[in-house]
Amino acid sequence: MAGDIPGMTRPSGAERVPSLQGRAIDDLRFIRETMENASAFTAVSGWGMVAVGAMAFAAAAVAVTQPTVGGQLVAWFGAAALSIAISSYAMWRKATRANVPLFHGAGRKFLLSFLPPMTVGAVLTYMLLEGGKFELVPPMWLMMYGTAVITGGAFSVRVVPLMGLLFIAAGVISLALPPWTTHWVLGATFGALHIIFGLIIARRHGG
Amino acid sequence: MDTDTMALDRLIHERIRLGIVSALAVNETLAFNDLKKLLRTTDGNLSVHARKLEDAGYIACTKSFEGRVPRTEYRLTSTGRRVLERYLAHMEALIRATREPRDR
Repeated sequence: MAGDIPGMTRPSGAERVPSLQGRAIDDLRFIRETMENASAFTAVSGWGMVAVGAMAFAAAAVAVTQPTVGGQLVAWFGAAALSIAISSYAMWRKATRANVPLFHGAGRKFLLSFLPPMTVGAVLTYMLLEGGKFELVPPMWLMMYGTAVITGGAFSVRVVPLMGLLFIAAGVISLALPPWTTHWVLGATFGALHIIFGLIIARRHGG
Repeated sequence: MDTDTMALDRLIHERIRLGIVSALAVNETLAFNDLKKLLRTTDGNLSVHARKLEDAGYIACTKSFEGRVPRTEYRLTSTGRRVLERYLAHMEALIRATREPRDR
């Protein structure tokens, strides 16, 4: 403050009002931004991811027993729907425990960046299936999911975007693998990566 | 106005300490390294400020080992949460008080 500097006159009360107000506004903005960044940081639920990983292994085990493409898709779509429900519940629980409104800061930011690649993935799934290119669907799922995890996790702890990168790498590799490996590759990638990274997040970042 | 300023909780008025308390208000716990990254500060700076908050009972610290790596975790105490809420209310009141005479 000017009044604290030797040789300078202390401003009158009326002159100091705007600076106090400015400081208060600045402080509130700082608190809000810190809270938003901090909640986006650990919004992803590690235990939710472990459950999703287990679900992926189960889906692979069911899908390999299905003789038709339709049956295999039902297994994976069912697992995807359950996984969305589990993840949403786990994120909600984590946010509630930490007293954070989920759809104001962290959850909103996560959804806005996670959903666009997932929507593109859904559209591409439809187009590839319509075109009879079933073998391209699983690698595309891995790559689009990886992209969604990277964009959704951009504000999160570093392990989240790293997991996204590994999904994309797995998707690229799976393009070169024979078709009979499809369900195993999907199960192993979705299962193992979610469980490993979920445990890391649960242990290091509050559940 | 001076009375208002004096009544402010000096301990969390400082930026890093205000940042620590705000970040912990939306997380059950945060590790030392997470806080350091979030607040873009140094090891020394963070530990000095965290210690002051800990001494005042605003945050609690848990030390453990992850293999051989030491791990420090912080959480906000109920006193810390009350202090932050009071600080927020104070800032809002300050803005209202300075705005009203000029709005008339």
